[in-house]
Amino acid sequence: MTPADSPPAGLPAGATAAGAAPSAPALLAVEHLRTGFETAGGALVAVDDVSFAIHEGETLGLVGESGSGKSVTAFSIMRLVQPPGRILGGRILFKGRDLLTLGESAMRQVRGAEIALIFQEPSTALNPVYTVGDQIAEALLVHGRASRAAARARAVDLLDAVRIPDAAHRVDDYPHQLSGGQRQRVLIAMALACHPALVIADEPTTALDVTVQAQILELLRDMRREFHLSLLLITHDLGVVAETADRVAIMYAGRIVEEGTVRQIFHEPAHPYTRGLLASIPGREPGTRLHAIEGTVPSLEALPPGCAFGPRCPAHVAACDVAPPPAYPVGPAHTARCYLHRTS
Amino acid sequence: MPLLEVRHLAKHFVRRHGLLRPASVLRAVDDVSFTIEAGETFGLVGETGSGKTTTGRCILRLIEPTSGEVRFRGEDVLRASRRRLREMRRDMQIVFQDPYSSLNPRMQVGDIVEEPLIIHRLGGRAQRRARVDELFALVGLDPGQRQRYPHQFSGGQRQRIGLARALALNPSFIIADEPVSALDVSIQAQVINLLMDLQRRLSLSYLFIAHDLRLVRHICTHVAVMYFGRIVEMGDTAALFEAPQHPYTQALLSAIPVPDPDAGRARIALDPSQIDRTRPLREIRTGHWAAV
Repeated sequence: MTPADSPPAGLPAGATAAGAAPSAPALLAVEHLRTGFETAGGALVAVDDVSFAIHEGETLGLVGESGSGKSVTAFSIMRLVQPPGRILGGRILFKGRDLLTLGESAMRQVRGAEIALIFQEPSTALNPVYTVGDQIAEALLVHGRASRAAARARAVDLLDAVRIPDAAHRVDDYPHQLSGGQRQRVLIAMALACHPALVIADEPTTALDVTVQAQILELLRDMRREFHLSLLLITHDLGVVAETADRVAIMYAGRIVEEGTVRQIFHEPAHPYTRGLLASIPGREPGTRLHAIEGTVPSLEALPPGCAFGPRCPAHVAACDVAPPPAYPVGPAHTARCYLHRTS
Repeated sequence: MPLLEVRHLAKHFVRRHGLLRPASVLRAVDDVSFTIEAGETFGLVGETGSGKTTTGRCILRLIEPTSGEVRFRGEDVLRASRRRLREMRRDMQIVFQDPYSSLNPRMQVGDIVEEPLIIHRLGGRAQRRARVDELFALVGLDPGQRQRYPHQFSGGQRQRIGLARALALNPSFIIADEPVSALDVSIQAQVINLLMDLQRRLSLSYLFIAHDLRLVRHICTHVAVMYFGRIVEMGDTAALFEAPQHPYTQALLSAIPVPDPDAGRARIALDPSQIDRTRPLREIRTGHWAAV
């Protein structure tokens, strides 16, 4: 890390809440998280100095393209990063406890029971040889939340809660008997089984058709209300984020380059990458050229020493090549890692 | 004369369910008719299983249709001999969705782009090489990279290689089957811009198969909406998006997530039981058809 990379210019991760009272501690506060992968050519840093907070009842949208580090961030929070991957530093405070200091058995109690993960691909995340009821019940049994008999009744309730019609019968269906949208509902039911405080949804609608996606997003919004959930929604789709998130963090090449409320991000984007992403969405003037971001995302092996977006940036200045910019405040609870917002 | 005429196209797949259960017929494409004029970009949209990809493949006879008629510049494609079909395919090309699996990983990309020229015995070695360089430049690739292999390129660059190969024989019509849906948002816009530039420079017509309705609205002059193998609505893009008539089109368009947190959400729910799938298209306004 270079001196310019250290955090003082940005806000401490726990203090960036909108909506929640500033004094309330965050449900989840990720602070200076660094996760890397050991390779023959040296360590590659996939997540670098990532900090954000999620308050109770809040939805944070984590937006980025492939390789931006958004899924690695999710796996780091769950401590599911597999070797050669490794968490290199930082803190992950959940209800005030640093998850990175927990033993594996204590962590197992957190996973599923307090923080649940919903994956992108509903067809591969379910086991094809067990009924959906058995798979929901298993989540309850593992965490000792129900007896075998009670678990089945609870599975029916959960399928009902995620609006699967005729839940009492569908509980005995195998995954292949359900449509893609219904499978995603089952995964959401499994995630909710133990009443977690936080759900991490990694591209939960990417594999679904647009009409089904609309239904699942509505379900997530309803579940958030009914189950008092906080949600970390990981997606590449800015439309999905605009409809679902309270706050948004934009990731690029392992770093959060901008964070703010959903309105700040969409109405007053401060980072050139965010501006470029928003401008590249088709639909403004049909038939005209789209505002493409030229160039490609750098590979982790060849990250530039300065701002990773610098080589593609229309606002590039010499300072961008020297060191990565820190997170500068650009508005209330709104930060951007860009020298455009350097104050003095 | 229209560039492409598709009349009553059908593709039925027989599904067998094991020894003891009777086979059933899946009408993947069911009585599909549309016309594409030269210079148009015709969008074919629909969700998984709607038959849009099968329709595209039937037009090129990559899948043999069950019945119907396809005319390209007035000539019957479905009754063409193998030899004649090969000649016709010089003028009608396809670009696939997945830039990772549609290029042979063991071939140098220069050879991939040159292959159609060899198959159609066009030009000598030197001429072919010059043509490959020209094609690389046309799609925004560095001709100096022709000896590299597909895995050395990013997704967006691989899609450019697929385009260079499709353009090698100077086609006038390209079927683009979800050409950008595997690409990242910032790269999608680059490839879409390239498709629009090439259309102007080379007078291309496109059949653009896609599920991304925002994209279709942006680049297509005309659009047809497929639902369970049938076209349920078709017309000028602006008219169709502004005043969708069919309940499925209305539900589909209302489901597009709007990248504006202050945009109101007015989702129209779809009730499949309310859709009469046998209802034919009728022209509700000049150039706008709907099965209502």
